[in-house]
Amino acid sequence: MNDPGRASRILGGGAGRSTAIATASTLVVFGAIALIVVTSTGWPEVKQAFFNWDEFTYSFPKVLRALKLNIEIFLIAEVFILIFALAIAILRGLPGPVFFPVRLLATAYTDVFRGIPTILVVYLLGFGVPALQLSGVPSSELFWGTASLVLVYSAYVAEVYRAGIESVHPSQDAAARSLGLTRAQSLRFVVVPQAVRRVVPPLLNDFIGLQKDTALVALLGPVEAFREAQIISASDFNYTPYVVAALLFIALTIPLARFTDWLIARERKRRLAGGVR
Amino acid sequence: MRRALVSAALLSTLAVVAACGGSSSDNAGGTSSTTGSTSAASCSKSSLELATPGKLTLATDNPAFPPWFIGKKADSPWDPTTPPTKKGYEAGVAYAVAKKLGFSDAQIVWKVQQFTQLFKPGSKPYDFDINQVSYNPKRAKAVGFSDSYYDVEQAVVSYKGSKIADAKSLADLKDAKLGYQLGTTSGDAISETIKPSSSASVYSNSNDVVSAIKAHQVDGIVVDFPTALYMSAVQVPNGLIVGRLPSTGGQQEHFGLVTSRGSSLIPCLNKALSELRSDGTLKQLQQQWIAGGAPVLQ
Repeated sequence: MNDPGRASRILGGGAGRSTAIATASTLVVFGAIALIVVTSTGWPEVKQAFFNWDEFTYSFPKVLRALKLNIEIFLIAEVFILIFALAIAILRGLPGPVFFPVRLLATAYTDVFRGIPTILVVYLLGFGVPALQLSGVPSSELFWGTASLVLVYSAYVAEVYRAGIESVHPSQDAAARSLGLTRAQSLRFVVVPQAVRRVVPPLLNDFIGLQKDTALVALLGPVEAFREAQIISASDFNYTPYVVAALLFIALTIPLARFTDWLIARERKRRLAGGVR
Repeated sequence: MRRALVSAALLSTLAVVAACGGSSSDNAGGTSSTTGSTSAASCSKSSLELATPGKLTLATDNPAFPPWFIGKKADSPWDPTTPPTKKGYEAGVAYAVAKKLGFSDAQIVWKVQQFTQLFKPGSKPYDFDINQVSYNPKRAKAVGFSDSYYDVEQAVVSYKGSKIADAKSLADLKDAKLGYQLGTTSGDAISETIKPSSSASVYSNSNDVVSAIKAHQVDGIVVDFPTALYMSAVQVPNGLIVGRLPSTGGQQEHFGLVTSRGSSLIPCLNKALSELRSDGTLKQLQQQWIAGGAPVLQ
């Protein structure tokens, strides 16, 4: 796409012309949709309830301030997820009959935590564990909310890692071993680096999901962006704060989404390097 | 191609912004003015505009908690999808209002209405909702409110041995971790009256509030006083009421019956409530269902 030469030769016309066409078609499509919505009978009520400008300007700074907590939860959880998930993926890939129980546990872990809805994990851990009132176990709702996200997302990310590790051809490992590297060294210096590079785009995809799911921590009490929007919405009987929260979440995920796109494009270019274009 | 995508994204953003813009003072969604039917004589049963003709359709949340609604067993919540027990303060008010409007108990139909659905746009499938909804001017732009059927105070619930169990003043609550239920005015009471040093926790529903205090994740919870009576006695182990709170911003808070905005039913509901107030019915219902006291924290 960054090479306009071939594309424009096939499509006929320069970049300027295709941009003009794209703009015109976009205007027509979105204009038609907007017209249908705005002329509907319920629109004045929907506009008042969802797109109220006063409510928008009132709630925006508050929801934005609350978004800080989402970002904090996300950043902390992400570090632990990357570590745990890799450990689980490696454990699951350990060869030999001795490690069968380890593989079994790792498999059970990914099955269970991918199977339970995240919201239930948050509830069960967040209200269940502190209620035991064990000494030495934190009762902080932020701790348990973040821990729940780490547990659930580690299960997803472990599978992503595993796919990456299994995509590295066995001959790589065999070559490394024949050079005298131990199994651990081969994993550390040969297999995992290649595996991780290949799965960076799906990893980031999971993290975009994680960014949004930070809102689930609100169930336990902390006021993050979605909860702040809910509070204002319930106090003023208006849904506009939800629109504000949605826009802010989009703004938060778009940079990561574009970064993922860029990485995918780069990876494809690298794989195709030297090949027929 | 990429440029086209960017411009599309920009356009859609513009569309949203444009939708948000425009004059906010226009009476959006107004199919009828708030004055509704002004003739007081039109409150006869046959002239009322009802969700289902011939029936009075009422709504509340599920479960509906004591002392507002009481289920089959004493101290148990009522499930509005089961036959009505007609027990509890709000149940009493609802049936008394219905009687004033000329409906027999058999003509009353209950529907479940969650709090967050109360203010969704469009017509409502019920005539009025009775679910401890506090009046405020912004809310009144989205729904219709009757006059007060209960003047409410907020109260702090805690448990024996907590660090605020023996609090005697608002100052004693400053260092407490407090919680409240989403959508209640208890949050305003916390932020404006108590002003605690750590931010309050907010929970989706009343069960989660109780879970949080059971797990000692909060030192205390702020709820309306009648709910505090029930929670401290039944739901919170070793529960107690620390005290009542002075009204937020010096304004008396009240619960109103909720209708669709500009409903022609409002003048009739107000007429019924005013009669029930002057003939002592409301007071009698309060004495019957909401008994107990607690000091006011200053």
